[in-house]
Amino acid sequence: MDFLFDLPVLGFAFQFLAYLVNAVATTNLAPQTLQLATPIALGALCGLMNERSGIVNIGIEGMMLTSAFVGFMVAVLVHEAMPSTPSTFFGVTPALIVGVLAAVGAGMLVSTLHAWLCISVRADHIISGTVINIVALGLTGYLNRLIRPSGSAGTFDSFRPPDAITDLPIIGWLLNMFLSVGPISMSVIVLVIVMQVLLFRSRWGLRTRAVGEHPRAVDTVGIDVIRLRYKNVILGGIFAGLAGAWLTLEFNASFQNGMTANRGFIALAAVIFGRWTPIGAFGGGLLFMFSEALGIAIRSRPPPGELGVFLSGIQADFPSIYNNVFGALPYLLTMIVLAGVVGRSIAPAAVGKPYTKEGTT
Amino acid sequence: MTLLRRFWQLAAIPIFSIALALLVGSVLIILSSLANGGQLNLLLPLIAYESLLEGATGLSFLDPTGGGGAALAFSIDPERAARALTSSVAAATPLILTGLAVGVGFKAGLFNIGGTGQVLVGGFCAALVGAAVADLPVPVAVTLAVGAGALGGAFYGFIPGALKAFTGAHEVVSTIMLNSLAAFAIVGLVNDVFKIQGPTFARTAEVGNAALPILFGRNGSLGTVIALVVVVLAYLLIYRTTLGFEIRTTGANPSAARYAGMSPRRLIILTMSLCGMFAGLAGSIEILNLGYYPAVFGTGIGFAGITVALLGRAHPAGIVLAALLLGGMRAGAPSMQINAAIPIEIIDVIQGLILLFLAAETVIRQLFKVRAERVTPGELGTATAGYGGGKL
Repeated sequence: MDFLFDLPVLGFAFQFLAYLVNAVATTNLAPQTLQLATPIALGALCGLMNERSGIVNIGIEGMMLTSAFVGFMVAVLVHEAMPSTPSTFFGVTPALIVGVLAAVGAGMLVSTLHAWLCISVRADHIISGTVINIVALGLTGYLNRLIRPSGSAGTFDSFRPPDAITDLPIIGWLLNMFLSVGPISMSVIVLVIVMQVLLFRSRWGLRTRAVGEHPRAVDTVGIDVIRLRYKNVILGGIFAGLAGAWLTLEFNASFQNGMTANRGFIALAAVIFGRWTPIGAFGGGLLFMFSEALGIAIRSRPPPGELGVFLSGIQADFPSIYNNVFGALPYLLTMIVLAGVVGRSIAPAAVGKPYTKEGTT
Repeated sequence: MTLLRRFWQLAAIPIFSIALALLVGSVLIILSSLANGGQLNLLLPLIAYESLLEGATGLSFLDPTGGGGAALAFSIDPERAARALTSSVAAATPLILTGLAVGVGFKAGLFNIGGTGQVLVGGFCAALVGAAVADLPVPVAVTLAVGAGALGGAFYGFIPGALKAFTGAHEVVSTIMLNSLAAFAIVGLVNDVFKIQGPTFARTAEVGNAALPILFGRNGSLGTVIALVVVVLAYLLIYRTTLGFEIRTTGANPSAARYAGMSPRRLIILTMSLCGMFAGLAGSIEILNLGYYPAVFGTGIGFAGITVALLGRAHPAGIVLAALLLGGMRAGAPSMQINAAIPIEIIDVIQGLILLFLAAETVIRQLFKVRAERVTPGELGTATAGYGGGKL
């Protein structure tokens, strides 16, 4: 292990920092981070809608996967029925629009199942979520094999902001980050802010938070707990549906079995990291996925200097490990952050507890 | 009579769930007959399930007449039945262990969905040690390889246990992350470090004498014996020892357990390690039957363990029965794919549907007016309630 002591660690740190600043300023590292964080942030919004109303949802993964599949299939069908050339505006086609709507519908449908199991049937929330994940994985895998879709409906294009904007000093890279992305990624920042305002500044938000903390009290003042929980869980499905649409209509142009790759669970960790606030969860998503975006950047353009030599040395000797370490980073980071943060992060008090109105059994 | 009634109380909901899952599955199969320009075939589910049964047990009661039809004709070929049953038992073997990996966790109020990762790590350890001791005498080599797999799995269960005990990180998220991490790490290690020259795909060296000896039929290996012994030991541990009592108490009521002087931290770490060990054993058996570790090793046995544990009511005896059912389905699926042209993946759908109906047990109870015990272990409430975190 002597070679470790010969490494110019401090030099590496500075080189890495310089590389990072340069990459953020001149490459698409920042927009790529936002793109990769999109399904995490959307999944986290879905989780928030559930958990703030007292429902644990570990089925986000399955909701995303179902939406990704349904959105893709519907888009392909529409595309075959009436092929059209992508418009210059985000590459929009009727097929893509219908696909997104179908994905959102599928997300809401699966959410309705979760709501029914957790609220009406009073099944265990974690079991219900697990059921959704396993059924979604099995059913999409089966249908994908049965139908064997051959075509594709294409994807949304990323927006190309004028150079004058992205070259602005200091804030240019930030504008680039939020503008050089596809429509679903671009909508995330809006959705996060809207949700943050609604949750903490609206009557609906106050009621939702109350239902998650103390449903009995909410019931006593005449608000229908069951109804509100149903509504929130089903509406939460919209976000999972959008995350699914991002997978097959914006980021990829095809469906693969299990392509969600545990993103739904990273989203849950982002919720905890963000202490059950939309903006915090969004930050968590950016943090977790920055590591993956950085990995892509480093692999496509290795840093200069000794650090680059060191990294390409590893890449030459251990190509598979080199690639897989970058792939594993978001998961590792998620786990470390979760372990470090969760003790100081308090969930809504009534989360996971079924609610029975007094006087009914 | 009371014994029969007791059995019905325990088995009613699982049996109804299986029946409903097969029913919904048959609707799906009928719709599937329309795929790829086919005609609606109402008989297809019957043909599919019959080939499934035939593939799993050798029992046949249909004779295909061509054109998608079939005539009733009961037949059984003893040789074929023996072969089919052996395959079913072999397929059930790892499921018994992954079922225990989830079920024993339930007892302590823990939801271990990290079976997949624990299977991979256990199998990988067994493959490496197996290759290293490939030339030692069979009993020594097998013991060392299986032991390594069990330890590897236990270590991989210990991590989320310790994380939960000391930081409050919920095991549902941490075990899923560990599943992904295990897959990434092992693919990299096999490709770059442990790959041998020769085979067309990346894999580790042969395990030689550490391969599990075949004891019955074509593929009935020592693994089945190991799984059955472990199931009995698990039963004794949970229901007949002080430790088992402490585990069950922690699951039923953590604050009562703490008040009685038990240490929930210690029990959580211990139980998760134990669960990991069961899954690690399942992985070792899979890999030592195969003879090497392939870089691309996808396995559904970890997740199937969840269905097995719930279907078997988290009881060792129930887990064995549930594993036999799902193992039979897995063994019979290829024959169904050949005879009815239904993709093997229908098994995963049916498995998920069984789970769905188990979760909706209250509905089944009202729908069929059965008086039966709850399937979902009450201890699981502890896992769900602890979702928000908080230190112990």
